[in-house]
Amino acid sequence: MELKVNGRIHSVAAAPDTPLLYVLREDLQLNAAKYGCGLGQCGACTVMVDGEAVLSCVVPILLLQGKEIMTVEGLGSIDKPGPMQRAFIEEQAAQCGYCIPGMMMRAQALLQKNPQTSDAEIRRQLEQNLCRCGTHMRILRAVRRAAQLMQTPETAVDTGRST
Amino acid sequence: MSFASRFARITVGVIVTLAVVSALFFAFAWHSSIDPVEPPTASAFDHAVVLRGAQLAALGECVTCHTAADGRVFAGGRAIPTPFGTIYSTNITPDPLTGIGQWSLAAFERAMRAGVDRKGRDLYPAFPYDHFTLLRDEDVKSLYAYLMTRQPVRVPAHPNELDFPLNFRPLLAGWKLLFFRQGRYRQDRSHDETWNRGAYLAEGLAHCGACHTPRNLLGAEKKDQHFGGGESENWHAYAINSASQSPVPWEANTLQFYLRNGWHALHGVARGPMTPVVENMAGVPETDVQAMAAYVISLMGQPTPERVRHAEGLATRKVAPPVAAQPDNVGATLYTAACAVCHESGRPLPFGGIDLALSIGVSGEDPTNLLHVVLEGLPAAGEAPMPIMPGFAHTLSDPQLLALLTYLRSRFAAKPLWSDTETAIRHAQEAERRR
Repeated sequence: MELKVNGRIHSVAAAPDTPLLYVLREDLQLNAAKYGCGLGQCGACTVMVDGEAVLSCVVPILLLQGKEIMTVEGLGSIDKPGPMQRAFIEEQAAQCGYCIPGMMMRAQALLQKNPQTSDAEIRRQLEQNLCRCGTHMRILRAVRRAAQLMQTPETAVDTGRST
Repeated sequence: MSFASRFARITVGVIVTLAVVSALFFAFAWHSSIDPVEPPTASAFDHAVVLRGAQLAALGECVTCHTAADGRVFAGGRAIPTPFGTIYSTNITPDPLTGIGQWSLAAFERAMRAGVDRKGRDLYPAFPYDHFTLLRDEDVKSLYAYLMTRQPVRVPAHPNELDFPLNFRPLLAGWKLLFFRQGRYRQDRSHDETWNRGAYLAEGLAHCGACHTPRNLLGAEKKDQHFGGGESENWHAYAINSASQSPVPWEANTLQFYLRNGWHALHGVARGPMTPVVENMAGVPETDVQAMAAYVISLMGQPTPERVRHAEGLATRKVAPPVAAQPDNVGATLYTAACAVCHESGRPLPFGGIDLALSIGVSGEDPTNLLHVVLEGLPAAGEAPMPIMPGFAHTLSDPQLLALLTYLRSRFAAKPLWSDTETAIRHAQEAERRR
């Protein structure tokens, strides 16, 4: 079946009941989304589907026909990081880094819907993504910084969504 | 008699009748104000009475409605959605200006028993005085002692958002005339002490029927369908009388465990508005939980031998028996791909997923709660071991959800789909998009 990831259409040979995470990492070599618990309980595998944060380890690809999937790779590149990536770099928000792609994608989904969202809402949304290093305060700062960057014209780059 | 004078006499007659009727109505609807008092000091109350009041307040769930999200405890302001508009709970801290600091015990007791505030205004029955009226005097006193010794918080009441004419409080006198009867709990001598204790608590302070009994068009509980299944904050409150659809019939000890822990391996998880009920139950003596369970079980009655046999089969099996693959059935494919890995793991609650043949969500009389859980999952709640589940919001389309529910209902409950499933799906998806 065909999957649209970061604006590109991929033809995928995997069985329809394969979780999206496996296809991203093994078939498409998009390794940003991480395998944490495999049960949809830690958030490390979070990606965006049609602009909403989704746990890719429990979502079979048969549910994703015709939908737009976005991973951290779609937010920008090493040479040209997107505002969310820039903010995490500038705040040095990663310790071991395993949870960060999930945090970034959930925060991206939130800020795309409402760039002026409140701190309380950021905390509420990110609550379900676990970080075992205890980097929470830096992550929160990074998300707030990303919210500012997204409202600055020169840094509010194209996020890869072709709606 | 000329036409004009006859017309005048009729007009005068109508006016006089209206005036008399409305005078009678206002006389009936009018309640005196009870004089304000100086807020009592903490030393005015016996410590043991305050502690008893704390347990009673937990049973009555006072804190749940009278605390806003992120708000100060008991300071009110929580939005309570009703079919008639939104009602905001009031401040019941002892703040003299915005809370109940100036309320005497008599004023507090009148509010609990008659649904009238200190100034004499009728209260909306979102405040369940139709249940609290059953309370014993000493329990009202204990609750008063507990509330009056809380931290006063100055938070003015949020105005209710009710449409005319419902925002006109004197109308409540009419509602009370039709549906509300004051009176303390009366012991039923045909039952033992435990049963009576359970009935007193479940019907009174714990106000189970406020959610579990369906309401009529005017928002009053239908007495002839007591505990027959109702609605609360867009969740369904399942029938807890003889109409209970639980695949394994409830027993006193399983219900007691469920009320205490928020889940039971043969029944599943308490969620939605039942979550705070269970949280509050942690502050309630075990004997009271046991009594309420015994009372509710007695109302459910003896299950039929057929139900018992079916339940024994379910309770002893480790996992749902395998079924043939159905590649053309979208619901079956979805279940196998997304659900079976946990729900057929054979690992019991609270860590594994429940065998869906045990789930009231699938077998129950209404699909609302199943939709909530499929879409929102079961987020981690509190610190105790509790089942958790990822939500599938934003991935399932309406037709996919319908296919999934059809499959679950026919395979695990052997029942036809609910009559209003498509509407329920549409509402659930719309609510999810607003979240």
